Amino acid sequence: MKNFQSLSEIRSEIADGKLSVSLLVKHYLKQIEDMNGRLNAFLSVYADEALRQSHSIDRKIKNGTAGKLAGMVVGIKDVFAYKDHRLQCASNILQGFQSQYTATSIQRLINEDAIIIGHQNCDEFAMGSSNENSAFGPAKNPINEEHVPGGSSGGSAVAVASDMCQVSIGSDTGGSVRQPAAFCGTIGLKPTYSRISRHGLAAYASSFDTVGILGKTVEDIALVLEVMSGADEYDSTVSQQPVPRFTEALKNNKYKVAYLSETLEHPSLNYEIKDQLNDVLEDLKSDGHQVAEAHISMLDYLLPTYYVLTAAEASSNLSRYDGVRYGVRNEGGNLESMYKKTRSKNLGVEVKRRIMTGTFVLSASYYDAYYTKAQRVRRMIRDETISILEQYDFIISPTTPTTAFKIGEMKEDPMQMYLEDLYTVQANVTGIPAISIPIGFDNQGLPIGVQLMSKSFNEADLLDISKQIITFKDQKR
Amino acid sequence: MSTEAYSEYQLVVGLEIHIQLSTESKLFTAESTAYGQPPNTNVSVITLAHPGIMPKLNKKAVEYAIRMGLACGCDISRYCIFDRKNYFYPDSPKGFQTTQDRTPICIGGVVPVNLKDGEEVNVKLNRIHLEEDAGKSIHDEHSDESFIDLNRAGVPLIELVTEPTIHSADEAMAFMTEIRRMVRYLEICDGNMEQGSLRCDANISVRKKSDTELGKKVEVKNMNSIRNVGRAIKHEFKRQINLVEEGKPIITETRLYDANTGTTFSMRTKEELNDYRYFPEPDLSPFEVTEDWLNEIRLSMPATPRQLRSRFVEEYGLSVYDTEVLTSEKEVAAFFEEVCEKTTHYKQVANWVMGPIKSILNEQEGDEITIPIAPEQLSELVEAVENKKINSSLAGKQVFPYLVNNTNKTVSDAISELKIDISGQDDISDIILEVLGAFPEKVKAYQNGKKNLMGMFMGEVMKKTEGAANPQKANELLRDALDKKEKEE
Amino acid sequence: MKITKEIVRKTAHLARLEFGSEDEDQIMNDLQKMVDWVDKLSEVDTERVEPLTTMSSEINAFRDDKPKPHLPRKDALKNAPKHNSEYFTVPKVID
Repeated sequence: MKNFQSLSEIRSEIADGKLSVSLLVKHYLKQIEDMNGRLNAFLSVYADEALRQSHSIDRKIKNGTAGKLAGMVVGIKDVFAYKDHRLQCASNILQGFQSQYTATSIQRLINEDAIIIGHQNCDEFAMGSSNENSAFGPAKNPINEEHVPGGSSGGSAVAVASDMCQVSIGSDTGGSVRQPAAFCGTIGLKPTYSRISRHGLAAYASSFDTVGILGKTVEDIALVLEVMSGADEYDSTVSQQPVPRFTEALKNNKYKVAYLSETLEHPSLNYEIKDQLNDVLEDLKSDGHQVAEAHISMLDYLLPTYYVLTAAEASSNLSRYDGVRYGVRNEGGNLESMYKKTRSKNLGVEVKRRIMTGTFVLSASYYDAYYTKAQRVRRMIRDETISILEQYDFIISPTTPTTAFKIGEMKEDPMQMYLEDLYTVQANVTGIPAISIPIGFDNQGLPIGVQLMSKSFNEADLLDISKQIITFKDQKR
Repeated sequence: MSTEAYSEYQLVVGLEIHIQLSTESKLFTAESTAYGQPPNTNVSVITLAHPGIMPKLNKKAVEYAIRMGLACGCDISRYCIFDRKNYFYPDSPKGFQTTQDRTPICIGGVVPVNLKDGEEVNVKLNRIHLEEDAGKSIHDEHSDESFIDLNRAGVPLIELVTEPTIHSADEAMAFMTEIRRMVRYLEICDGNMEQGSLRCDANISVRKKSDTELGKKVEVKNMNSIRNVGRAIKHEFKRQINLVEEGKPIITETRLYDANTGTTFSMRTKEELNDYRYFPEPDLSPFEVTEDWLNEIRLSMPATPRQLRSRFVEEYGLSVYDTEVLTSEKEVAAFFEEVCEKTTHYKQVANWVMGPIKSILNEQEGDEITIPIAPEQLSELVEAVENKKINSSLAGKQVFPYLVNNTNKTVSDAISELKIDISGQDDISDIILEVLGAFPEKVKAYQNGKKNLMGMFMGEVMKKTEGAANPQKANELLRDALDKKEKEE
Repeated sequence: MKITKEIVRKTAHLARLEFGSEDEDQIMNDLQKMVDWVDKLSEVDTERVEPLTTMSSEINAFRDDKPKPHLPRKDALKNAPKHNSEYFTVPKVID
């Protein structure tokens, strides 16, 4: 069977009688069977369940009672709670854990007749930029299996890029949806912080974590965003703002787009990415958009701010993994050593590194110098970003400074790995929405992504401009 | 050591009182707060801190905290966030307690307290903040395991912290008594110290009266009654002075009170390693207390004992002493007010409540207070006495006990069933005529000016009526009858 | 800021982690690099800047005081590595 570009294509084939949801599920299951052994994108596949659901959705389509997402087959990152299914955050410490409730975001997909086909590989507790920090081994980049798919939502990007599902639901704390999307050549959206309920998303850094969407078309992403967004009784931080009809947002408007010269001049930026970004700027101009240079003074402080605050929150969020109520336990004689053995033996190196960093910056003697300092700088970064977005509709930048690197290449130097998030963390530090869209390939054939950021709660325009860039890229091809 | 040595020292105590709020559901999740449920049944994935769960704040808990703040004259914070207090313990499921560190909901405040000798002292508050309770660890059921019950985890608490301005065990006890009374009046906590819905920790230090610096403080926990708070403080006062006198250091530590021995002992924890790493809870949105909301709470709030006392003085013209007694228990004060809605003989109602009713209450066991008589019954009884339908001695000796035993019966029922209504004018007139007929000599002597014979006639009348006659009325009728007799002759 | 073994040990204890001697050197090294790197923040003049403590613009998102159904106890205990029929169990806490 051929691969499908979008849900609307799937729905029209179903309407024409050429396709059914059950055939579609079988197709994805076949894809997974063929490729997952190599790519390691899925950690669990819910084949029987998906097939069962597909029959009932086929009936609903016939009866005209199907939901908006009937025909949408979705994979979810291993950080989302889905009742009576595994939830392990790609960590040994949650071995055997079965969730006893379903995340609000996932439940809303199910309510609209999406099918959840499985849980996807990622970096342990979503901490990483390469998917190498998974207790289940790295997912592989489908374009070149020697390369990483990016992270932390690596498996989610791989699954979309290799047609193992139509869309994936990931989480984005510092670029974890956009960076793997860029590395694998898919679209990745990080909505505004608080746009989608976090209830059921295992927390990494609560004031940064955002549910994100990876897909092949802007339309699919708009639809899934529309379904998942909005007020939720369980999450007091989720926005009460009305959710626009994102599917009707693709209006072909003309916009003012800013690029930040400091980001394009950054020494770590790969020249091919820079060239292709410049091409996009030219295309935008010739398409009637305004493109202008703007400046950011806080660029060098983004990553340190991000790492201080996320590590601090992570150190606290991960305290619950203590071997008492769930997960695994390593006995050690007394309570204290049970805690230490359980946590030390079952949490990975990177996770422990961040817990240590976070515990350190929160401890009484260093709190003001690091934690409070970073909170103050965060405000400055946010204010500067907002003021740029008062003059321009979007900030455009590369999604990543490099294309997908080789597995193991950065293992020795975590600080080098952190630089991968240079462009993506700004949206998380400030809470604004951002999207990565594929714009081409480097000389090794590895995908290149471009990132656009907009004002908070303006995903609609972000989707509109993304659609336009993708359209003229397609026309050129 | 001589008692004189003690008198050279000043006791300095600050109290931390944990008040479990009597909401139906927990502070950040919808599980029941009911006490005494089977272990680990008042839990959900949220109490268990499963991956991905989020807290959501119970509005009523905030309102209860504000009630207490208003009652204590605190400043109410208008913008509040919560903080995480990070520590590992098996009864703390998230690995942190959600509390208020930087922005307590209530700041400052004063609670006036009356001491036994009638002196009024002001206990200054530092703050009142909202936080969640921990679960329970049970250590004595198994030789090498502790059992964890998370029913209580997440139950709302307010922690009330005083300034270190308490200088005697009596003052601490009077303060605790007043706080317990207040929370019960405000209907925010049942005040039960044995079940732990009201808990008190004391920070205790001593210093020479001439010193200005505070001594090293010792935290004492595990005092589950107001009396034990007093005992623990007295013990600690002596223990610390003895140490100072012996030239030994006082160690800043946490000690537990042992009710069996009346002493305190060290918990021996690695205190120095604690570092709670407070930081703002990013999973909760902040809350704002608007003027409108505050007014709404103020208007819907039950009266405090203090408010009631001044109202009782103003509206009912009672003495300060009477109001103290009447407001010592919320149920008693409420009963008194209810009776006063039905009769205007306030002082008489107060006398009934403070006398016969209080003595029945004093006999009752446990924390439950059950007023033995219905408000309507008491108001009727007061009215009957005031209208001279029955005399007070009869009311007290016969009608009141009858009503207590028959809370569904009226005073009229009592009168007819007990067959004691003899205060009617005709009945007693016959008796008076009978008495006067029996002592013609004395009647003459009275008429000749020996007016003090009145007492003797009264005695006879009361004897004949078995004390049931209203003396005032009897006196009146007797005088009338004697005058009449004189005119007749 | 110099990261010492003592800081590493104290931090590890607070985080309930333990490191063998080789791992301890590694984590000390990593922490040192991390701290040197984030020390860059000290360049920023933040004197008149309030810390940003909340990212959501929501306020007063309350819940009504109404209990909801609980998790049955056997489900509550199901995921626990050790439990009996009523309780989670842990190595005895000695006080």
